[in-house]
Amino acid sequence: MAGVQVSNVSRSFGAHKALDDVSIDFADGGFYALLGPSGSGKTTLLRQIAGFDFPDSGRIAIGGEGVERVPVEKRRIGMVFQNYALFPNMSVADNVAFGLSVRGEAKAVIASEVQRALDLVQLGKLGGRRPHQLSGGQRQRVALARAIVTKPRVLLLDEPLGALDKALRVDMQIELKRIQREIGITTIFVTHDQEEALTMSDRIGILRDGRLVQEGPPEEIYDRPKSEFAATFLGDANILRGDTTGTGIRLADGTAIAAEAGATLAAGAKASCAVRPERIRIAADAGSPDQANGNVLRGQVSKRIFAGNNSTYFVERDGQTLKVIVQNTGIDRLAEGQQVVLRWSPESTVLIAAS
Amino acid sequence: MATTRILEWIGRLYIWLLLAFLYLPIIIMALMSFNVSPFYQLPFEWTTEWYASLWQNDQLISATWNSLEIAIITTIISVVLGSAASLALYRYDFPGKKFLQALLFPPIAIPWLITGTAMLIFFFGVGIGRGLFAILLGHVALALPYVIVVVSARLQTFAPELEEAARSLGANQWQVTWRVTLPWIMPGVIAGGLFAFAVSFDQFVVSYFLSTPGQTTLPVEIYAAIRKGFTPEINAVSTIIIVVSMALMLLTARFFKFGGEK
Repeated sequence: MAGVQVSNVSRSFGAHKALDDVSIDFADGGFYALLGPSGSGKTTLLRQIAGFDFPDSGRIAIGGEGVERVPVEKRRIGMVFQNYALFPNMSVADNVAFGLSVRGEAKAVIASEVQRALDLVQLGKLGGRRPHQLSGGQRQRVALARAIVTKPRVLLLDEPLGALDKALRVDMQIELKRIQREIGITTIFVTHDQEEALTMSDRIGILRDGRLVQEGPPEEIYDRPKSEFAATFLGDANILRGDTTGTGIRLADGTAIAAEAGATLAAGAKASCAVRPERIRIAADAGSPDQANGNVLRGQVSKRIFAGNNSTYFVERDGQTLKVIVQNTGIDRLAEGQQVVLRWSPESTVLIAAS
Repeated sequence: MATTRILEWIGRLYIWLLLAFLYLPIIIMALMSFNVSPFYQLPFEWTTEWYASLWQNDQLISATWNSLEIAIITTIISVVLGSAASLALYRYDFPGKKFLQALLFPPIAIPWLITGTAMLIFFFGVGIGRGLFAILLGHVALALPYVIVVVSARLQTFAPELEEAARSLGANQWQVTWRVTLPWIMPGVIAGGLFAFAVSFDQFVVSYFLSTPGQTTLPVEIYAAIRKGFTPEINAVSTIIIVVSMALMLLTARFFKFGGEK
């Protein structure tokens, strides 16, 4: 087991910069998600760590040992592929045994290790099956067992749950997390599913166009996004743009928005404020005067989407649509077309430098 | 109802006529190899005399062994070289790769008569001359493109992640090839091998150009024998070859079907 340090790694394919000076420290035993849209470089980064491809510049260390020029077969990593990549000509047990067998382990050792790995993923009785006789979830477990049976230093997962249906995916998320805790292996997990990244990982790295946009624990990235991209890619956010006042922004119509968190900016620069839809309180506009503290905006409900336990209101205000999510408490239902007041606290507002 | 039944009957009749057209001459030849009269005279009288005298015909026997030997060696060489070439073309990008791949197809299309002439001239030019070794070289050259085409087609269905998965588990290039890639392409390799065997064993034109009176293959020997005067021994040896060829082709068909499975 070991941590992974990626330092200033760049990689270009022709004129395309797939990775541009990326540095991340993956702590020993942590569960790390690399999140980003397709083409953001997250899979390229994973393949650099795996050793399928080498960086043009920069360093990659596993357990403190520089490996950026070591080929994959010598890196002692475990990898789970998006389409599982199980060997079709081998039984489940032989698939799992493969890594131990190419290493020349004794037959008895292989048999007991394979059984242990299969038990760990709860497939102890299916060793004799062929991959094509298994369901998607079972194949996923075999791929995982095969990747961890060799006791790799780091476990790499390339969108491992992408091919599963929603219900199975949630099961596998819990399962994957349990197994990861049980063996305590450093795990790096590529996904484009923000929910998966939020629920599973200790830390998230968001990538865009080959650059690391932000990195940190899920709560920190969600509560304190450093860019509009991070704010809108991980979760939903309302972005208000204006000129910074130092502690917030002034919108085009002169309304001041106060923010308590985020960047420190010189007054007058272009900036934006991000606020999560569930942090905004919405109420019918009774024409009462504004309270002194807190952010207030007035607008008109243009659309309401009822989703059972919550409702989403779309509120038109000065040419911009704001999104508000309200828990369904059974009271205070607002109709489309209604004039409303939106209120939220400065603590829920993040000041972001204009991008 | 009536028309569909009539159409069905026409369809069946058509298939039977087609099969008769294909197989009747062969069946007659096979039957005549068991007939007493050397001049196809009826009534049919059962004998295995021609098979017995075939056994005495040293020239035909030795040509048969030559043919088998050359076909087997051709198969082995072209399967090994062809599979390796297919893997190289699949895995690596190198300058001139497209050109090399394009060069694989003309030998299949060029008439054997022309290939044979070219080989004869070339082998004389470089001092190899004619004989069994020249025939073997010629057959390998003819069979190689077939093997590469068949094995490459099979490789197109291979998922490259399988090799990556094997490498991530610590397998070196040899282990990846032997334990993951080869098992997957094996149906293609076997089908390619059967093709190579058939190309060599049935080869007449190129063998005819490259053989010498003492060193010849079965098809060339049969041709020479027919020119001297027909004997039912030819029927006998042809029947044996047909049985063996059909068995081979059925095997090929089986492996091609297998190649289509996941």
